Amino acid sequence: MALLQISEPGQSTAPHQHKLAVGIDLGTTNSLVATVRSGLSSVLVDDDGHALLPSVVRYLPDGSIDVGYSAQAAQSQDPTNTIISAKRFMGRGLKDIDVSQQPYHFIDSNEMVQIETRAGIKSPVEISAEILKTLKTRAEKSLSGELVGVVITVPAYFDDAQRQATKDAARLAGLNVLRLLNEPTAAAVAYGLNNASEGTYVIYDLGGGTFDISILKLAKGVFEVLATNGDSALGGDDFDRRVFCWILEQSKCKPVNAQDTRLLLTKAREAKEWLTDHATAQITSVLSTGELVNITLSTKQFNELTQTLVTKTLTPTKKALRDANLTIDDIKGVVMVGGATRMPQIRLAVADFFKQTPLTNLDPDKVVALGAAIQANTLAGNKSESDLLLLDVIPLSLGLETMGGLVEKVIPRNSTLPIARAQEFTTFKDGQTAMSIHVLQGERELVMDCRSLARFELRGIPPMVAGAARIRVTFTVDADGLLSVSARETTSNIEANIVVKPSYGLSEEQILTMLKSSFSEAENDKNARLLAEAKVDAESLLAAINMALEQDGSLLNAKEKQKIISQMDALQANIHGGVGDAIRKATEVLNAATEDFAAKRMDASVSRALAGKNLNSLEI
Amino acid sequence: MAISLTPAAANRVEKFLANRGKGIGLRLGVKTTGCSGMAYTLEFVDDLNPEDMAFDSHGVKVIVDPKSLAYIDGTELDFTKEGLNEGFKFNNPNVKDECGCGESFTV
Repeated sequence: MALLQISEPGQSTAPHQHKLAVGIDLGTTNSLVATVRSGLSSVLVDDDGHALLPSVVRYLPDGSIDVGYSAQAAQSQDPTNTIISAKRFMGRGLKDIDVSQQPYHFIDSNEMVQIETRAGIKSPVEISAEILKTLKTRAEKSLSGELVGVVITVPAYFDDAQRQATKDAARLAGLNVLRLLNEPTAAAVAYGLNNASEGTYVIYDLGGGTFDISILKLAKGVFEVLATNGDSALGGDDFDRRVFCWILEQSKCKPVNAQDTRLLLTKAREAKEWLTDHATAQITSVLSTGELVNITLSTKQFNELTQTLVTKTLTPTKKALRDANLTIDDIKGVVMVGGATRMPQIRLAVADFFKQTPLTNLDPDKVVALGAAIQANTLAGNKSESDLLLLDVIPLSLGLETMGGLVEKVIPRNSTLPIARAQEFTTFKDGQTAMSIHVLQGERELVMDCRSLARFELRGIPPMVAGAARIRVTFTVDADGLLSVSARETTSNIEANIVVKPSYGLSEEQILTMLKSSFSEAENDKNARLLAEAKVDAESLLAAINMALEQDGSLLNAKEKQKIISQMDALQANIHGGVGDAIRKATEVLNAATEDFAAKRMDASVSRALAGKNLNSLEI
Repeated sequence: MAISLTPAAANRVEKFLANRGKGIGLRLGVKTTGCSGMAYTLEFVDDLNPEDMAFDSHGVKVIVDPKSLAYIDGTELDFTKEGLNEGFKFNNPNVKDECGCGESFTV
């Protein structure tokens, strides 16, 4: 008998068509999988009741692959074939890694580093895929069915290569990625839904290998990212390493081999965890050389050893606050994420910095997976449309180039995803049959100050007078941040489109720099826009008059014609001069100077239209 | 006759309703799809329909529409674990035959 879960009203699925979806926190140290059952997000456990899966993969001599606790236990005996913290190598080249700190045989290839094991050369993507496969099996056993999709979380600081590597690992594991979600956003989802609080929150996420600080504004179910910062090479592992070095120092050991390094690092981690609830930790171990290590680590010593690491987390925290233009008084709550935030000195330091007790009511190890599961459930379509959460926002405005090198914003920054916006444009010249669409990202007014994303052309516009064509340009950004732009000429229905990835490839820092410059350069940008607009107006007037002179120049006597031409020359000179006000003034003068000409043309065209016609034949 | 919940099921439903933050009870029903004709549905209830029948079982309001009741009258809803899987199970005395997995049935 199949076991059923409670659905939202009207959302019951047909038999055998359950939309099973899970959230996966693919962590540096530990990974988890969670799902929503009967509306409640919960972490799925393995046969032994463990929620955490150590992110450790071991390639055994018999060709089999071990993942999790058993692999972790073998770390010290088989360090070169037991890969821990593979997430640190995702999408990274050899030059990005401090090789001296790692026991592995690295091979640099195809830009992403690879590791030589007894099972052959393995990429971090393949290693991560093993972890994901294990979680997939666990989930399918727990849910008695195949997964339709997963949401996998990644640190906010992951760049394009690292995100792509994560997606590749999922595909290798046979998982359909509904979406990659930033870890802090996932934590906010878990807390935001459960507590339904509004306000500005800080997510302090100290995991095994990464530190992320995010400032999120929660309002009416919409999460707006105000600022993010962090350190992609700071985490619980570094605390272990400090203790490890201290052990070597205290016990006056000679430099130890790879096996003993693993062993002592494990001991260091155990001591760190023990000190969360105890005043002292005993570290006892026999090294492969026969040397005995037996020392006591007190909380006080541990705090002194790791004080600089704790302080190191506060620098990005201050930066993020500054970027968001906030002070600690604006922060309504601080959410603690990541196993390392169990350390009392971290909680104290955070409480001290923000002058408030951080929120810890959800398990800091599970909170990201729980949030990812909630998101996966929504994306898989198990919630009614009205409950759909709008989570991510566009970091920078998206727009396109218009005449004069100006950027017309189509989707403003901080719009929530998914979003579609359309705007109508027209042709600038008579008989124009093609239009170049230049897609840009940024807050500045001029094309040269924004980032170019893509260019494409809409061809085959029927020849019409300037301004008569109606070209509808639609910008669509889907839930993954994937932008597609389409342009359609509405009278003839010809269409062209392009797909671009906007936010990837831009680092958080670049985004911040671009944002800041839009504020500091606001006045210059305004003037530049006014100047560019004045030029466009002037040029379109000149083009129109040129056309008119060509067609109806005979209506003017030489003197009149000369007057207009000299005014046109004056305007042309002003365009080159580059002073907005002067251009506008010269445009007005030229406009006035051609009023008589315009009137003459009107009369001429009316008399042409009426020529030879009987009054009665006109339908007046 | 009536619809009832086992204490384990009632306990779970209460927990899920509390977590959801809204809802007045649990709706049991059948719809005519599936490989054996009928399929069970299990949903949270936000709004009552005028024809709905309501039962109270261990403090949980159980709601059934009269058409569905004909097929599931006397059902006891249980909450069980099977290996790593857990969920609700219909113990329906009206069932004559069900498909291999038990998600759909005939009466």
